Amino acid sequence: MLVTVDRGRCCSSGQCVLTAPTVFDQSDEDGLVEVLQPTPPAYLAPDVRLAATLCPGRAITVT
Amino acid sequence: MPPSDGKVLVLPAPADRCPFDPPSAYQQAAAAASVTRTELWDGSICWLVTGHDEVRTVLGDQRFSAEPHRPGFPFLTPGRRQVVVDNPVFLRMDDPDHARLRRMLTGDFLVKRVEEQRPAIQRIVDETLDRMVAGGSPADLVTEFALPVPSLVICELLGVPYANHEHFQQLSRTLLDTSKSELEVGTAQRELRSYLTELAEHKRREPADDILSRLANREDLSPRETAASALLLLVAGHETTANMTALSTLALLRAPEQAARLRSGETTAKAAVEELLRYLSIVQIGVPRAAIEDLTLGGTRIRAGEGVLCMLSTANRDDEVFPDGDELDLDRDARRHLAFGFGVHQCLGQPLARAELQIALRTLFLRLPGLRLAVDEAELTYRTTMVVHGVDSLPVAW
Ligand code: SF4
Repeated sequence: MLVTVDRGRCCSSGQCVLTAPTVFDQSDEDGLVEVLQPTPPAYLAPDVRLAATLCPGRAITVT
Repeated sequence: MPPSDGKVLVLPAPADRCPFDPPSAYQQAAAAASVTRTELWDGSICWLVTGHDEVRTVLGDQRFSAEPHRPGFPFLTPGRRQVVVDNPVFLRMDDPDHARLRRMLTGDFLVKRVEEQRPAIQRIVDETLDRMVAGGSPADLVTEFALPVPSLVICELLGVPYANHEHFQQLSRTLLDTSKSELEVGTAQRELRSYLTELAEHKRREPADDILSRLANREDLSPRETAASALLLLVAGHETTANMTALSTLALLRAPEQAARLRSGETTAKAAVEELLRYLSIVQIGVPRAAIEDLTLGGTRIRAGEGVLCMLSTANRDDEVFPDGDELDLDRDARRHLAFGFGVHQCLGQPLARAELQIALRTLFLRLPGLRLAVDEAELTYRTTMVVHGVDSLPVAW
């Protein structure tokens, strides 16, 4: 599983951090998404996929 | 599917069902199709979007504009038009203007920043509850607890003196009341804006560690933009969470076995709040957008220059996403709800709202195990004309 983000689409809602806190973070100054683990372990897949679904900016891609 | 039978639905629809359910007119529209034609007070036609998937599509798609000067942009009442047109707030702008203004505030509402504020929020909740209890049973939960908690929190964060709370609470209530005239709404808005402009002036001279001081001292923000952003935070920051707290309390009092699970910790406050957000969907009037291109939505052809209203309340009851959606079930996974909207305009303050609701509801039910309604439920009246749904007062005993 590979997680990529398009920071240009991120609106800093923090849904990703709430849903998969070990995979996503928000930058301190503007809240834009940061990926902590681009290839998270398989057991996190449901959370990561849910984070991608919940992301209001559709900024997260999981492949 | 062709657009519905041409039946016209006049908005806003009267609340006529269980106070927790969307008005039956919206539910009937939702049952007919996920996109239906409707007529507004001014005779204009717009599309009522009621399905979960379709609401997400509209709110997540830049072909639907949030800017009120676009042709077809729907206004629910003359008063709403007044609020919307006269207030340069990023909620009603498209990118890039929207992103420029919103990003000035995102740093204050990061999940981790809000997490750091939990002890302070807990303190405010505890102290407010102390005061309510000291005042004796029964008490009105709305004025003694549900409204003071978020008001105190947002005042501290924004840098607005809480001492003025009666003044701005009354003005923001007028602003959100669809039964008020254009004149009343316009006056309230101007008054609130001049109050905040003056306060910002003061913060420019004597900055403190609060959001208004930071906004007031930015070179790239005009005084009018500063006041508009502050107004949005102030109004959204207390009215929404206050109504959610009071209505959630009532919903839990009506479901004692679910409230018991919240007390025992069997159901987490986190899960409970997501379900309450879904079930109550307090933003009951539609979120307005204007189509700027021709497109097809849920099988319906929508043309550039036509308006749509996204009904969060029916989307959150969509059985395809939330089986038995009309039932409150604190143990369901409700995280796909759209109570905070969707797309780039999704509520900026949601981490704060969640933290406040989790702390307030858990503390209230833990500390007052005997909490109950002090009047007959039939005596309660609801804020049916308000943009944000709520209960007028909630007399409780413990
Ligand atoms: S959920 Fe999406 S929009 Fe929100 S912070 Fe994460 S990446 Fe950004």
